[in-house]
Amino acid sequence: MNFFSNIRVGWRASVGLTGEVLIYLAGPLAFPLVLALYYGESALPFVAAIVVSVSLGGYFRYLSDPDENLGPREAFLAVAMIWLLVAAVGAIPFVVAGVGTIAHPINALFESMSGLTTTGATVLQDFSLHSQSILMWRQLIQWLGGLGILILATAVLSELGVGGAQLMESETQTKDVNKLTPKISETARLIWGLYVGITVTAIAVFYSIGVSGLDPNMTLFNAVAHAFTSVATAGFSPEPESIGAFAPIVQWAVIPFMIVGSTSFILLYFFIDGQPERLLKNQEFHFYLGTLAFFSSLVALLLFFDTEIAYGTEETIRHALFNVTSLVTTTGYASIDFDLWSNGAKYLLFLCMFTGGMVGSTTCSIKSLRWLVALKSFRRILFTSIHPEAIKPVRISGKPVDEDTIRDIYSYLLLSIVIFGLLTIFIVVNGERAGSEIPAFDAMGAAASTFLNIGPAFGAAGPYGTYDVFPMSTKAVMIVLMWIGRIEIIPVLVLFTKAFWKS
Amino acid sequence: MYVVIVGAGEVGTTIAASLAADHDVVVVDVDDDRVESLKYDLDVLAFVGDGTTLSALEEARVDNADLFIASTDNDQTNLVACGTAKTIGDPFTIARTKSVEYLHTWKRTENAFGADFIVCTDLLTAENVVRVVGLPSAIDVDPFAGGLVQMAEFEIGHDSPVAGQTVAEADRFDSLTFAALFRHGEMILPTGETVIESADRAVVIGSPESVQSFAMDIAPDATPDSADEIVIIGGSPVGYQTARLLEERNFKPRLIEQDRDRARWIAEKLPHTMVMQHDATDTEFLSREHVDEADIVVSALESDEKNLLASVLAKRVGAQRVISIVDSGDYVTLFEEIGIDVAINPRKVTAEEIIKFSYETVAENIAVLENDQAEVVELELTADSELIDRPISELVSELGFQLVIGAITRDRSFVTPRGDTRLRAGDHVIIFVETRYVSDLTSMV
Repeated sequence: MNFFSNIRVGWRASVGLTGEVLIYLAGPLAFPLVLALYYGESALPFVAAIVVSVSLGGYFRYLSDPDENLGPREAFLAVAMIWLLVAAVGAIPFVVAGVGTIAHPINALFESMSGLTTTGATVLQDFSLHSQSILMWRQLIQWLGGLGILILATAVLSELGVGGAQLMESETQTKDVNKLTPKISETARLIWGLYVGITVTAIAVFYSIGVSGLDPNMTLFNAVAHAFTSVATAGFSPEPESIGAFAPIVQWAVIPFMIVGSTSFILLYFFIDGQPERLLKNQEFHFYLGTLAFFSSLVALLLFFDTEIAYGTEETIRHALFNVTSLVTTTGYASIDFDLWSNGAKYLLFLCMFTGGMVGSTTCSIKSLRWLVALKSFRRILFTSIHPEAIKPVRISGKPVDEDTIRDIYSYLLLSIVIFGLLTIFIVVNGERAGSEIPAFDAMGAAASTFLNIGPAFGAAGPYGTYDVFPMSTKAVMIVLMWIGRIEIIPVLVLFTKAFWKS
Repeated sequence: MYVVIVGAGEVGTTIAASLAADHDVVVVDVDDDRVESLKYDLDVLAFVGDGTTLSALEEARVDNADLFIASTDNDQTNLVACGTAKTIGDPFTIARTKSVEYLHTWKRTENAFGADFIVCTDLLTAENVVRVVGLPSAIDVDPFAGGLVQMAEFEIGHDSPVAGQTVAEADRFDSLTFAALFRHGEMILPTGETVIESADRAVVIGSPESVQSFAMDIAPDATPDSADEIVIIGGSPVGYQTARLLEERNFKPRLIEQDRDRARWIAEKLPHTMVMQHDATDTEFLSREHVDEADIVVSALESDEKNLLASVLAKRVGAQRVISIVDSGDYVTLFEEIGIDVAINPRKVTAEEIIKFSYETVAENIAVLENDQAEVVELELTADSELIDRPISELVSELGFQLVIGAITRDRSFVTPRGDTRLRAGDHVIIFVETRYVSDLTSMV
């Protein structure tokens, strides 16, 4: 026990909170359980997951120490543990069901982690093998992870108080969590309420398309399933051909929900609360919409002049806008197999993966705010090289950004690019070792797509393909990187520093 | 009038000196040396006491006072003194503060701190600097309604584009009123068809921005525009306020401040000011940043010595006009003698502003024009004023004398007077009127 006595982190506080979250996880698990009973499918996978989750959670609660406070270090530890363990529990139903590729534990954890982190990369081969309840569980786990589990935890566990703000900050790596109300749990509840509201709207819109006969394939099941993963910008679909399985009108209807899901929820709240100008005049919002418009029009142009694929005008615009939006918002849906497009269009889509939506939304990847700050501070460097003495704060929406934040953003960008590079090399090398060669561009796509939590890549792991083509060891590494990427690198990386544990 | 002044520093003494002849003045100060010297210099009652205490203010008979002026060098002392004075009697209280923050607080309710008026030294000084910077062609400029309104008198030059135009052509600005013309010493109340001749003197009343634009029209060469280089040396409160006011008037000044944190603070507050962090006495830096080609340099450093050095240096490297803040009143002439174009003393500016309140008139503020031929007065209208609730055109036609309503401020915002505008109780009106009718006018308020 010498090791534990030296530890300066109040790990019992983190473990206790993790236990609490695991116990509450029984709630969402009950949803597919009820669905299984309704469809007359086996309920065992979900019963097993609930038993494991509650008993593990109970044991963690038993380990906890009410005297320890949830400070910054404990928050990092809790965030990392919660995301990992919720994904692990989420994998149990897949293993217990024992059907198809995801019966293998690594594949099950890949699917679950990809779900929870709203990546949307799948290892499923044959979708028809799986029961409705298992398919819905994939969708639900994405919806839970969409806005961040810790925001949900803060909303539910109001006793968290100050610790809640700490958690939300370490989950999203933003310096100051915008509070809408004096109490952080109130704020978390408002944001979650908004999230639920947008999801319900999406269900209504999608289902009304189905009911009205415009696309009979859009059943209530599919409406709920796709509402979950479009608002969460997550990307799983019970359909092997993703949104491509639906009529054009459905594809058009999905686009706005992906865009809204990637818009800052704080600003969306202001928007409906009678202060629309706070969203409409926000520079990050402009930049985000600009990114969408820029890439969509470029891709549309390339598609338009592509003689090999003869889309009509509406089709060209729809496919360009849909797939660019899907990748920029890090959703990962596809309206068509874009792997068949020209190289130019594919490279543009690859670039889209690095953009991301707005901070404080369900988006992943690098996010517009970071790019905007980086670009503005680069422009400042050009200015200060002429006027070395000039003091010129970088401003976003007129508000100065402090220099520490700019430094953090630079290091985050650098770190992301380094990790992306290393992962690419690993995928290529490990593929050769295992005898399944992966082309360089496909490896880059898969590395970016998992680490930045997007979903589909190119080649075998393309939108209509599967990540099952990668060796188990590659998938194991991808699981870790989806986890690291989703909680924005820092909370996991600090756990591997000595200073975190000792000093 | 019975006047009590707390604080016998430079400001308090200047005020006491100018009021002593016509009024009964009592001065309270904590420093016995200052009190002692005051007794022999001025015909006032001076005694030692703490102006924030009830006992001292009772001894000064504040219950009898008409005017109470708190003018020590400490903001809090002045505010507490005003609050205390209000518990004893009901004099008109004036507090002098350095910080603009207290002025903002006071503006919200207008009776915060028990002060009836707050004179903010830093802001007032900056406003003076900006007037000197912005309107070099004006003969006379006076702010009204706390800076919301400006009255300016210009002489129309021979080469002015406005000469030969009618008033209607020249007055292109919504919030500007053409109050009067003086031609060969004769006052003319102009109509739209009146033709402006060169060598006329024009009196205009309006928002500071419109006055600035008008100055641009009549003297395009002398009036700085946004393309002109304005450099402010020193990020002191006055320097900062000057930059802020210049930004408001669409200038893009540059500001040099040596302290990194202060420079950063100013840069964050003022997006259109280019802030540089460097020593302003480094000539190599000054020429690299083209301060030598600046049209106007404002020196607003913390001490007179530094201001002297910086201004002389700026003049020496070739800046066109150099304006300097001079903290000590004794040095003002010295600065101007060695070639600094304008030296502005914050204490003198403050004292002058406060002295205006001792004029025995209902007017809150007055400006005297052309050898007392006419006055511009600011009046606050009460509920039983004869001027309210009637269209201005009707009002003006029924009066037995002529006046021009130049501007109105209502709830601290600018209202352009038109023929059909109705004045309301609580409005501040800025009126141009011939001096002989001032008493007729004030009797109607």
